[in-house]
Amino acid sequence: MARVLGTSIKRREDPALITGRGKYTDDLQAAGMAHAAIVRSPYAHARIRGIDTSAAEALPGVLAVLTARDVAAAGIPGVVPVGWLLPDLKTPAHPMIAADTVRHVGDAVAVVVAEDRYLARDAAERVAVDYEPLDAVADVVAALEDGAPAVHEDAPGNVAFDWEIGDRESVDAAFASAAHTVELDLRNNRLIPHAIEPRAVLASYDSSTGEMTIHMTSQNPHVHRLLMTLASLGMPEHKVRIVAPEVGGGFGSKIHHYADEAIVGLCSMKLDRPVKWTATRTETNLTDAHGRDHSTHCELALDADGRITGLRVDTAAAMGAYLSTFAPAVPTYLYGTLMSGQYDIPAIHCHVTGVFTHTAPVDAYRGAGRPEATYVVERLMHLAGEATGLGPVEVRRRNFVPPDAFPYQTQVALAYDSGNYGPAMDRALEMIGYDDLKTEQASRRGNGGKLIGIGFSSYIEACGLAPSAVVGSLGAQAGQWESADVRVHPTASVTVYTGSSSHGQGHETTFSQIVADKLGIDPEAVEVIHGDTDLVQFGMGTYGSRSAAVGGSAIVKSVEKIIEKGKKIAAHLLEASAEDLEYEDGSFRVAGSPDRALALGDVALQAYLAHNYPDDLEPGLSATSFYDPANFTYPFGTHVCVVEVDTETGSIELLRYAAVDDVGNVINPMIVDGQLHGGLAQGIGQALWENAVYDDSGQLVSGSLMDYAVPKIHNLIPFELDRTTTPCPHNPLGVKGVGEAGAIASPAAVVNAVVDALAPFGISHIDMPLTPEKVWRAVNS
Amino acid sequence: MYPAQFDYRRAGSVDEALGLLQEHEDAKLMAGGHSLIPMMKLRLAQPPVVIDIGRLDELKGISEAGGSVRVGSLTTHADIAASDVLAAHCPVFAEAAGHIGDAQVRNRGTIGGNIAHADPGSDIPPVLVLLGASVHLQSPSGTRSVAAGDFFQDLLMTDVGEDEILTHVDVPALGSGTGSAYLKFEHPASGYAVVGAAAAVTVQDGRCTAAGLVVGGVGAVPTTVDVSSLVGTDLSDDAIAAAASGLDAEDPIGDIFASGDYRVHVGKVYGKRALAAARDRA
Repeated sequence: MARVLGTSIKRREDPALITGRGKYTDDLQAAGMAHAAIVRSPYAHARIRGIDTSAAEALPGVLAVLTARDVAAAGIPGVVPVGWLLPDLKTPAHPMIAADTVRHVGDAVAVVVAEDRYLARDAAERVAVDYEPLDAVADVVAALEDGAPAVHEDAPGNVAFDWEIGDRESVDAAFASAAHTVELDLRNNRLIPHAIEPRAVLASYDSSTGEMTIHMTSQNPHVHRLLMTLASLGMPEHKVRIVAPEVGGGFGSKIHHYADEAIVGLCSMKLDRPVKWTATRTETNLTDAHGRDHSTHCELALDADGRITGLRVDTAAAMGAYLSTFAPAVPTYLYGTLMSGQYDIPAIHCHVTGVFTHTAPVDAYRGAGRPEATYVVERLMHLAGEATGLGPVEVRRRNFVPPDAFPYQTQVALAYDSGNYGPAMDRALEMIGYDDLKTEQASRRGNGGKLIGIGFSSYIEACGLAPSAVVGSLGAQAGQWESADVRVHPTASVTVYTGSSSHGQGHETTFSQIVADKLGIDPEAVEVIHGDTDLVQFGMGTYGSRSAAVGGSAIVKSVEKIIEKGKKIAAHLLEASAEDLEYEDGSFRVAGSPDRALALGDVALQAYLAHNYPDDLEPGLSATSFYDPANFTYPFGTHVCVVEVDTETGSIELLRYAAVDDVGNVINPMIVDGQLHGGLAQGIGQALWENAVYDDSGQLVSGSLMDYAVPKIHNLIPFELDRTTTPCPHNPLGVKGVGEAGAIASPAAVVNAVVDALAPFGISHIDMPLTPEKVWRAVNS
Repeated sequence: MYPAQFDYRRAGSVDEALGLLQEHEDAKLMAGGHSLIPMMKLRLAQPPVVIDIGRLDELKGISEAGGSVRVGSLTTHADIAASDVLAAHCPVFAEAAGHIGDAQVRNRGTIGGNIAHADPGSDIPPVLVLLGASVHLQSPSGTRSVAAGDFFQDLLMTDVGEDEILTHVDVPALGSGTGSAYLKFEHPASGYAVVGAAAAVTVQDGRCTAAGLVVGGVGAVPTTVDVSSLVGTDLSDDAIAAAASGLDAEDPIGDIFASGDYRVHVGKVYGKRALAAARDRA
């Protein structure tokens, strides 16, 4: 049988989705279903003097209007918790419904439940909230200034945490003796995730059983169940079932536990009816956890040969009004730990201040900390190439961790298991035709026309947070393993129950490929079940590019257990010794006797009949595994972007984008390419267009798609992709993550390209997004 | 994104639509619905009654007679962009319509709805002003026409009266020796024009005999640039640049993507480029 691992079989998910037959949360209908509309603060910061719900309640068809008072009366915990604790982290309360103070535009103050969603919205407009507006601060730097309005009384100076990693003294020494230093003040722009499907929930409480089923847009249903029951609704965990039906993208925004989903659950409990809520795009933009929003000062020290001797980073990272689920981990353990990049850096220090602001919370968004780290390191490397005269290629090469140095212990905790950075750079240069481009660039510089620039980004990422004991010691309130239950049916078809919950990544296709390959059966004979806490044993979900490396490995473990058990059954049937059996192409064979073989189906059937069966073996042919990885996986690569800049208007046109990525062994090349395409679109989007802008009063002025520019297909160009393959040494598939690579690498590549184009103007930096006006002003200043 | 309660009435004729307008105070006419419906879904517009005129065939179509092209108000952007009549007589009109939104928007959105809404970033108004189009309105008391240059009054404000329906626009055909062009600097989020420059020049025996430039997106209404200095010249790049630099807007509009100053600057650059493109097509 031909191998199916490494082949681009078509996504089995697609026919239903692209013909409109996918069932998303908002498509679901329940008998007696009512609809919720959430009343949200129009102010970034205000005291609630009173709420008059009478006009809303008076509308025929309105079933309930609930406020913080009802949460208190329900006797439930009623809060939204944070799931990652840092030392001395300030954890001010985040009530499900604001009681006396609102802290960002969009903060929930009441909920209306009505017979239809139009009526619910009409009634929500009739809820009269008496606000006393207070001063607000939305900017991460302004929030740290003396006298800035306080977001929480119990977080003085708006500081949520003060965190550092690395060795400050050795860095100081490196700078004291450096031959070259470069430095940069930069902003990493705040982004709104913009999953195409807004968050939605259908909560169905049944008072006759005390059970509640919640269909919702979730990347990790079991984690949502845990947080929902423990901290918000106070229900027994086993009485709640969470189902993630089709989920239309998340990019991290559907990892987090939000107030809204808990509020709808409470409504269903109060009314003993199913209640649905689907965010409008406006609500999504106001309340989904945003991404990035850093202000950073960074410096790099190099010796006379252009070797890096020290890196110093100081970052203020916005947390928003409340600590979202994994928020404290993102600018710390997913950011400071990545500061070594692909380079052998002997001294690194990174200091991060987490800052409360009167804005939507900030949490993991595609890449989560690693794009921000890559942006710092790769922007500095560009400047280092200029300062040393080595140029962007040689300065990187000279500092790459050499291939014989792995495993490589960085100065910022992570130990890279494997890597081979030179070949990816070589291939990228070859694809892009670097020498010819340099010639063209030089010739254009004299003639007054449009300028071209070439930008590099040699990135590292760490995906699949691991192992559980380590992340636990760093403050995670969750394990980082994954589970897989693989069941071989009597007819030798297979069902896989995975704790990794897909929201567009193609798990059903790739996981079926893993099982089909290992068992030597047709992928069509494998069903993959995910996203349902009643069907699937506990699982951690999908985020941090972990599903193939962690979820896939758990599946392999289960399949290996099945083969071992199958060998015992086959040995019994073939009257051979289990040690003499081997499994290949869907058959158990006695080694050296090719005619003594049994197909998987023969063994599976006997496993369930148990008529002719070993005495010491339990019937059945299934296995459950919990796989806890030994380490992160470390994908890497080099991306090259070529841009053309119209200096008369400041407009930037993408000319080329070449990406060479090393994601280890590849299960489905088409899906890997697709993940890269999506990540690149978002990373390029961050560099050129996307920007969540709050004004000084804390109003989100880029709150609609009329103002917030997500990249459209006509804004992008065909990407030129290739790969090198350095398998992960510590997981059974040799796979690494790929979901975030594009978003991690590309912002620096684009900005470096634009800055390279504008070198004749003496421009060394422009903050993202590189809008035409910013570029034009830089050129003319 | 759920509109407030409203009543829906569908008109079977222009006369019926006019009657419904009389009957229902604060009613709104809906053609393709691509301006009104988004406003209603955001509850920025809450008309008690929506009068659907979208099926009035009498307001659809493009025809040429006597050196002028008549475009019915319910003609879609897609039909305008693909019109052979406009391609022959007013190609810049078709060119601009092809820049509106995306294919779905162009298939539903109508010229009447577009100009009655009068978004400053719309692609059509500067072209109509450039071409000297007239906008025709009908009310129970009769019909009247307004020059496009007078029709657009202020931000989202036009000369359409509360009892009137916009029935069609008449656009004079461009003469021989005339080249025209529409260049758009697109907003990356909305797709509207940050700047849209519509230009036309007529060349006879190597000399410019007429020139026009109207820029949208910079002011609340289309900004006409005095490019009469080009008449009599050979339309050199320098002459064109000097003429386009005459763009002036007293109170340019701005947003988080592009400030007023920047829009004026881009207006000059795009005006120059549009004039040069028109010259090259003349």
